[in-house]
Amino acid sequence: MAASQSEKYKSDGSALGGALEWVDARFPLTKLWREHLSEYYAPKNFNFWYFFGSLALLVLVIQIVTGIFLVMHFKPDASLNASGVPVAFASVEYIMRDVPWGWLIRYMHSTGASAFFIVVYLHMFRGLIYGSYRKPRELIWIIGVLIFLCLMAEAFFGYLLPWGQMSYWGAQVIVNLFTAIPLIGPDLGVWIRGDYVVGDATLNRFFSFHVIAIPLVLVGLVAAHIIALHEVGSNNPDGVEIKKHKDENGKPLDGIPFHPYYTVKDIVGVVVFLMVFFAVVFFMPEAGGYFLEFNNFYPADPLKTPPHIAPVWYFTPFYSILRANTVNFFWIDAKLWGVIFMVLAVMIFFFLPWLDRSPVKSIRYRGPLFKGALTLFIISFFILGYLGILPPTPGRTLVSQICTIIYFAFFLLMPIYTKMDKCKPEPERVTQ
Amino acid sequence: MSCDDKVDCGRRRLIVATAAVGGAAGVAAAVPFLASLAPSERAKSAGAPVEVDVSKLAPGQMMTVEWRGKPVWIIHRTQEMLDGLKKIAGQLADPNSERNMQPEYAKNEFRSIKPEYLVAVGICTHLGCSPTEKFRPADAVEPDWQGGFLCPCHGSSFDLAGRVYKSKPAPDNLEVPPHMYLSDSKLLIGEDKKGA
Repeated sequence: MAASQSEKYKSDGSALGGALEWVDARFPLTKLWREHLSEYYAPKNFNFWYFFGSLALLVLVIQIVTGIFLVMHFKPDASLNASGVPVAFASVEYIMRDVPWGWLIRYMHSTGASAFFIVVYLHMFRGLIYGSYRKPRELIWIIGVLIFLCLMAEAFFGYLLPWGQMSYWGAQVIVNLFTAIPLIGPDLGVWIRGDYVVGDATLNRFFSFHVIAIPLVLVGLVAAHIIALHEVGSNNPDGVEIKKHKDENGKPLDGIPFHPYYTVKDIVGVVVFLMVFFAVVFFMPEAGGYFLEFNNFYPADPLKTPPHIAPVWYFTPFYSILRANTVNFFWIDAKLWGVIFMVLAVMIFFFLPWLDRSPVKSIRYRGPLFKGALTLFIISFFILGYLGILPPTPGRTLVSQICTIIYFAFFLLMPIYTKMDKCKPEPERVTQ
Repeated sequence: MSCDDKVDCGRRRLIVATAAVGGAAGVAAAVPFLASLAPSERAKSAGAPVEVDVSKLAPGQMMTVEWRGKPVWIIHRTQEMLDGLKKIAGQLADPNSERNMQPEYAKNEFRSIKPEYLVAVGICTHLGCSPTEKFRPADAVEPDWQGGFLCPCHGSSFDLAGRVYKSKPAPDNLEVPPHMYLSDSKLLIGEDKKGA
């Protein structure tokens, strides 16, 4: 198809056709359209799990558009106004109460944050079950993990901006994670905050990172993610390469053009997603304290930590891993171990393509060992997430320690159990 | 790098030298940007000492004042509270305050200048939350509880001298800030006789 993709558009004589020919002579518009949409051949057996890539893109657009409009009214200022309320906190309340439709834009943005993580977690789970990270898609996976890291940074920086109690103490705890690093830790903490405590300087720089730096990187990484995907082609629920069997024109026999087939399919996903999304936005924007925490409706008070602080739900599995470390050993204290394990819990995803030694990609042809390991991993991920929103007790700490071990064992033992596993033979071509 | 007939080695060396100098300039250009993130002169100069009158603080009560944006606790300990400190030494990570978390004049069994008044920064040494007061026996969070504090974030507990219990996420006792008595009931927090 390489020949047809590079062909420039020849006008049929109409005004529109003439315009397209003019553009094509100067910019590869038709070429891009063909390469990425009308002649990008995706496997014909995509299922439910393949909605979440395009949905993640949709949520990114929602966040950017709502974000642009929120910035027009928000003030990143920690000083107190005439009524003794921090200006930043008051400006969010102003958006909610006085700006026409401000409540909708703000609730779309706050719900969008949680929706982003739901969609991305499901997208990552898809990758896990169908082996989408395996050769030749290692780089797509690595770029994806970088996107996940950016997303976590974006969520963390954004959460400080409303300058409520949870904003303040959440930022305090996470910035203090860096102070656990030996030697440079305390100075690093001051450098990140720009002050000796979380304050106005911190609020302003987090605002800058949240609206400029991270979104720019995020958009660039998303573009790289898609370019890398379209270079090697999509994986599918069978985990077999459709490029192995091509027709006389070089088109994969089991591939169908992304447009119109998957654009139309994805529109169905978009409509269902938007129904659920706006049901939350309109009827339960706080989602019972999970999307917007109740303590964040109090302005930040540097003198008083709320009686119970927990991160927003999407960080709780990693937060539980942090808390599970309560023992000092090897001359490293528990605080630093907690930070090390929490960072590793995210970083370990980078190595997944090389940890998996199975001869097959998809869970459909994997043996009981991988299925069991994945089930245990998902269960412990949920338990860690649940424990992360609860206050710590000795019993819960023990459970989170067990789940932390399972979490890491899933990755570290993967080279062993994927090799030992009794896999079924992969089919030559995709199944229906 | 091998030089054959087709490569002009003089030019190649010039490119390498130019790239190295240009690269160094690029790295140097990052310095002002990274340095701009450090606390400003205004942030550094803020943090004047705070004067506190403790005459109205009843025995067994605590008060919180703000110093450098942090909560500083002043606890008026009763004799019973002071006696309790000795009973739990075995459960603590650093009962004798060996680690450098207090000025020399507070390195004693009560971690204070006057035994009855404890002055401590109310910021957990783990990740910076402010622990919650748990003075009554009904609030017990450890065996043989003599009153103290529990950090709501990660469950570290401290006694009434700000000393941390063993096997908790927090590695150190609470910090005792520099402070001094201006009179019997007037405290100055943030400065001591040595000029701190």
